[in-house]
Amino acid sequence: MAGEKEVKLLDFWASPFGQRVRIALAEKGLEYDYYEENLAEKSELLLKSNPVHKKIPVLIHEGRPVCESLIIVQYIDEVWPDRNPILPSDPYSRAQARFWADYIDKKVYEGGYKLWKLKGEELEEAKKEFVEILQILEGELGDKEYFGGKNFGLVDIAMLPFSAWFYAYEAYSGLSVETEAPKLAAWAKRCSERESVAKTLPDPDKVYELAGLLRKRSGVE
Amino acid sequence: MAAAGKEVKLIGSRPSPYVARVRIALHLKGVEYEFLHEEVFGNKSELLLRSNPVYKKIPVLIHGGQPICESLVIVQYIDEVWAASGPAILPADPLDRAVARFWAAYIDDKLGPNCVALALRLGDEASRAESKEQLFAGLQLLDEALGKISNGKSFFGGDAVGFLDIAFGSYLGWLKALEKVEGIKLLDESRFPRLAKWAERFCSAKAATDVIPEPDELVEFVKLLAHR
Repeated sequence: MAGEKEVKLLDFWASPFGQRVRIALAEKGLEYDYYEENLAEKSELLLKSNPVHKKIPVLIHEGRPVCESLIIVQYIDEVWPDRNPILPSDPYSRAQARFWADYIDKKVYEGGYKLWKLKGEELEEAKKEFVEILQILEGELGDKEYFGGKNFGLVDIAMLPFSAWFYAYEAYSGLSVETEAPKLAAWAKRCSERESVAKTLPDPDKVYELAGLLRKRSGVE
Repeated sequence: MAAAGKEVKLIGSRPSPYVARVRIALHLKGVEYEFLHEEVFGNKSELLLRSNPVYKKIPVLIHGGQPICESLVIVQYIDEVWAASGPAILPADPLDRAVARFWAAYIDDKLGPNCVALALRLGDEASRAESKEQLFAGLQLLDEALGKISNGKSFFGGDAVGFLDIAFGSYLGWLKALEKVEGIKLLDESRFPRLAKWAERFCSAKAATDVIPEPDELVEFVKLLAHR
């Protein structure tokens, strides 16, 4: 059996990227040692394990580091393929899953970040752009239970952590996810009841507080 | 086999390194395909807009009428569908796969786009200087990575061209074009010995034949773009 005994995760509680990995590990029922990183004072282990980017999350499996959240999630799926598959089995569906996970990577973090970082004209522009992104995702989700159809999978995992940030986005920008993308909002609620998500999702209030802190630090207020 | 008998079309253009990736992957698997030339300077074709409504960009692979977008997603798709038709593009071991994907993502983030933007003379003096620095730093890292990953073999993928070779090799035309445009040596044998030799091997590889544009071709293309 694959080395289940030695899995470590270097992470930060509010990181949507770290949370993707936590959900994947929970989906696979894997035990691991969690290391909360102080991003202002990164640990030796983090710097050694991800010398190129010096960022979390980093999965360390049997002493070997894997970096970049979606790469880690696929790694987890490939090492432990016998339970709760994260990627579908047919190549076309896999390609679709990778495409949408990549879209989320390209658009959602940056787009959402602008909603609590910017003010005035720039904020209005950022809101318009984010609404477009939400609506594209809404279109892709459609009436399916999950992005993966009947099965919870890669795209759901890629997008879910940002739902913990919806409250912060809404509070700072006046945008309403429920109004702009009702199916997506319903999907997020549905998924939050899934065990792997419930036990790893950070408290949206705490996330909102963190966003406030980061805003002050960057001189927005 | 699912692949048998289904038509393969590729919407693309010669200058695009992303399109090059798909062509190399198809060649590695011996897949016959129809190359649908997308005009770089004209309006985007109906087919492109319909097949890639999200980004409206090339390459798009259309297999049995179904579109697949994003070059590295397409390469993995090709590897999986035509698994029996040629050498594996992605390595077999999950950790090796993660490493290959990591560097491919790094290349697309820090190297390739910088290289193309510099060749196109985009940005002001300061941002160009920064891009060049990033490019050199990236080449250094990649040179070291090649040493570790190839384990003395010819390619990142080992004996044969693999995922990471394709991911970086696809930019070689633009790298050489940039060398011409700026009059500098980027794949300098003295600075990046492994990468420089690898580049020669890659460009001579059968799968890359007629795919990577000659630097002059791209320099001409850059001039054409500048006039628009």
